[in-house]
Amino acid sequence: MNPFSSGTRLRDMIRAIRACKTAAEERAVVRKECAAIRAAINENDQDYRHRNLAKLMFIHMLGYPTHFGQMECLKLIASPGFPEKRIGYLGLMLLLDERQEVLMLVTNSVKQDLNHTNQYIVGLALCALGNICSAEMARDLAPEVERLLQFRDPNIRKKAALCSIRIIKKVPDLAENFINPVAALLKEKHHGVLITGVQLCTDLCKVSPEALEYFRKKCTDGLVRTLRDLVNSPYAPEYDIAGITDPFLHIRLLKLLRVLGRGDADASDSMNDILAQVATKTESNKNAGNAILYECVETIMSIEDNGGLRVLAINILGRFLSNRDNNIRYVALNMLMRAITVDAQAVQRHRATILECVKDSDASIRKRALELVYLLVNESNVKPLTKELVDYLEVSDQDFKGDLTAKVCSIIEKFSPEKSWYIDQMLKVLTEAGNFVKDEVWHALVVVISNASDLHGYTVRALFRALQTTAEQESLVRVAVWCIGEYGDLLVSNAGMLNVEDPITVTESDAVDIVESAIKRHASDLTTKSMALIALLKLSSRFPSCSGRIKDIVVQHKGSLVLELQQRSLEFNSIIEKHQNIRSALVERMPVLDEATFGGRRASSLPNTVSTSSGTAVKLPNGVAKPSAAPLVDLLDLSDDVPAPSSSGGDFLQDLLGVNLPPATQSEGTNQTPKAGTDVLLDLLSIGSTPAQDNNLSTPDILSSGQDNKPIIASLDLLAAPSNMMDLLDGLGPAPPKPAENGPAYPSIVAFESSSLRLTFNFSKQPGNPQTTMISGSFTNLSSNLFTDFVFQAAVPKFLQLHLDPASGNSLPASGNGTITQSLKVTNSQHGKKPLVMRLRIAYKVDGKDVLEEGQINNFPRDL
Amino acid sequence: MIRFILLQNRQGKTRLAKYYVPLEDSEKHKVEYEVHRLVVNRDPKFTNFVEFRTHKVIYRRYAGLFFSLCVDITDNELAYLECIHLFVEILDHFFSNVCELDLVFNFHKVLVYLILDEFILAGELQETSKRAIIERMGELEKLE
Repeated sequence: MNPFSSGTRLRDMIRAIRACKTAAEERAVVRKECAAIRAAINENDQDYRHRNLAKLMFIHMLGYPTHFGQMECLKLIASPGFPEKRIGYLGLMLLLDERQEVLMLVTNSVKQDLNHTNQYIVGLALCALGNICSAEMARDLAPEVERLLQFRDPNIRKKAALCSIRIIKKVPDLAENFINPVAALLKEKHHGVLITGVQLCTDLCKVSPEALEYFRKKCTDGLVRTLRDLVNSPYAPEYDIAGITDPFLHIRLLKLLRVLGRGDADASDSMNDILAQVATKTESNKNAGNAILYECVETIMSIEDNGGLRVLAINILGRFLSNRDNNIRYVALNMLMRAITVDAQAVQRHRATILECVKDSDASIRKRALELVYLLVNESNVKPLTKELVDYLEVSDQDFKGDLTAKVCSIIEKFSPEKSWYIDQMLKVLTEAGNFVKDEVWHALVVVISNASDLHGYTVRALFRALQTTAEQESLVRVAVWCIGEYGDLLVSNAGMLNVEDPITVTESDAVDIVESAIKRHASDLTTKSMALIALLKLSSRFPSCSGRIKDIVVQHKGSLVLELQQRSLEFNSIIEKHQNIRSALVERMPVLDEATFGGRRASSLPNTVSTSSGTAVKLPNGVAKPSAAPLVDLLDLSDDVPAPSSSGGDFLQDLLGVNLPPATQSEGTNQTPKAGTDVLLDLLSIGSTPAQDNNLSTPDILSSGQDNKPIIASLDLLAAPSNMMDLLDGLGPAPPKPAENGPAYPSIVAFESSSLRLTFNFSKQPGNPQTTMISGSFTNLSSNLFTDFVFQAAVPKFLQLHLDPASGNSLPASGNGTITQSLKVTNSQHGKKPLVMRLRIAYKVDGKDVLEEGQINNFPRDL
Repeated sequence: MIRFILLQNRQGKTRLAKYYVPLEDSEKHKVEYEVHRLVVNRDPKFTNFVEFRTHKVIYRRYAGLFFSLCVDITDNELAYLECIHLFVEILDHFFSNVCELDLVFNFHKVLVYLILDEFILAGELQETSKRAIIERMGELEKLE
């Protein structure tokens, strides 16, 4: 016999297929079989139809297309015999689904079968209908099914009940018709019918509010009684599972009670007793018992409040949590999330156990536990919880880290009690899992850091230390590089040490080293490298001694193929080389970023068009490279006529700085926008002088590159001991120190003298400007040691204005072998009424040791 | 509500697939592949519940076969575990010490599907008594 004729028995075909060694062989066998079957179908072969369809179903299960068999199913269903019908319906359920139009053709056959005298055939039809009927079929056949709900045979009744579930899901309008029959079903004794009836009732209530009302009023008591009987029933071998009679029915009844009791106090009351009974008496050493308890707890949580029951429920959940079976723990965690809304206190008691679950080896449990922990955090427990979570971050799996990091960052942000704690925790997270930290998170961190001015020193030192130990986490590198650039001087000078810190000595070159290594890292991406370049620029201004070395580093990227790096490199290089006069002004300390603004911006999804490099999107482009005015003007948001390089950035920065310059002040030299920029800068820094007055001082163009002889010092790095008001922008009024020509002469004074140092002042005034005095100071070293890193600073009271020019040098040879000269200019707004006074602060190094000298000068000539 | 039932072996071959929601053939294969991948790699100490798309899969391994049930997110997982066990017990009774090959070869009597259809209909439990189902199967056999 040809093995592939349609006469092949199914078993043989199965054997043949299993004998195939390769997929190609199998495909060949299947193809031959399909061809044979198709031929048989065409010939309308009656005898083997049954067998062919069985073969077809097997082939379908293997994954091959079998559409040509669909009509065969219909023909088989239309046959009179039971076996054919059975195969036909089976084929129907397997090969078709409700979306196929072919299904419509079956409706008539099914209708006839539903009215068949042979109840097994009725059963077949109900089964098929229940599994795959479409909406139209449902509508057509609903009356038949309804009638069958009252059939004499319980098997049919239960199939009809389940079939009705599908019908009302497909056609909710028909729900009303089923209400009455279902009420009768609920009184059944036969478990099968009862359970299907209960399921139908549950779905009816979900679909139709009238049904819900009806059942709630009429049937709640009956159901409670049924459940009680079930719970108290004696041993019934037929339904017994693990010592409990029909746990499935228990569970379904509990579910229906839940639906009926939710939102209705009366119904809930009537259930209280039985719920308590189930909760306390059910054995929980087997899965069946636990399943019932689980459902019971769910029901208690959903119905109207009854304190005692709720406590009972949460205790059960607590017991579940400590169960060794993972399934039970998972289920408990799930329920606890729902229980939090009901009784948060009770759940808090289990916090320790839940925390343990976060570290479980099973991924599903970890996830659930983490979500639960997130819901449990509040102000009082945030610190210990965060500590646990951050510690766990170190050992967690890679795929879990992302979730965990996001949640931890969110917790830290929402609940942090003080800034130093926030910064600490974020540093730890960045060190462990910086790569998983989203951009908004570390942006927010930078904003917080810039706001916590007393913590600047601490922060930058901590970051430095962190960067030294691990440099793999991108976000950590970025934040660290930014901070070192901004606050590098604090890093070196160990300013603002907190009690908990260990002392750390960092030299300038160390700081530069570490930023350089950030650039050189292979793993650093564009954002990090760009940020590092800017940080280097800032450092070159703050650490003048390293300027040359920094220049070398920056220059290396001149030929970079990445446009951003190349541009930055060239422009920064040019600033370092040729524009030292404005360099410090360009990279002076960032103004504090406003948290509220940033918080709002973040919430409204900050557009990334603000700057080209995404890393600096949220930050003001500090020291935007071009020496020309335009970008800095944007920074200060001035004119509308200056074409902003990033116009959207301009708006953003305008909001940020809140500086709204009225057109009037731009009137002076609008073509020289730099000048207006200066005014605004003055306003911003509240120098306290009107623009008009500044003009008298021949306000220089701070940004104009033409005047190279205008040394501008911006000692914006505020003194640790600021005394009286000092010009924040000392750089703003430098007329070149004109020698005292035709002004009245004043005697020079020894302003300050100590055992090792003498300072002499020579005075001169410009004609016609009696308020302003030029002072030329010269320092002499009286000791036999060389002084290095010599820095002179002065402060004056409010009615005076002081301007310092840069010193001629910063090393003072010993024993008066050379002097350092420095020019000052003082303007006395109370000229004639009050004399000049000045406080001094001189810092220098002797043999590497820092020395500080301070004093006050009171012996100015009276009429200065 | 049960969305589908899958019986798969360790290599991923589906021995039984019953869907209670409409799915295209290609989707069905994708689903079967994904469920298999989800289930076969899990450590036996882990929970028997896995999240799958917007539903969950409750599975249990019996010898070389994975019995997987896909249910709605709000369903009682522990109950469905019992359900799987009851089904296996019924099969066991029928084939006396059922093994995978029994399921494959007795497909032609489509016995397994018949049993399933007596046990679950329209995604819900139909009968909870083992004895009742077995009796019913006996009656159906006589008609063949």
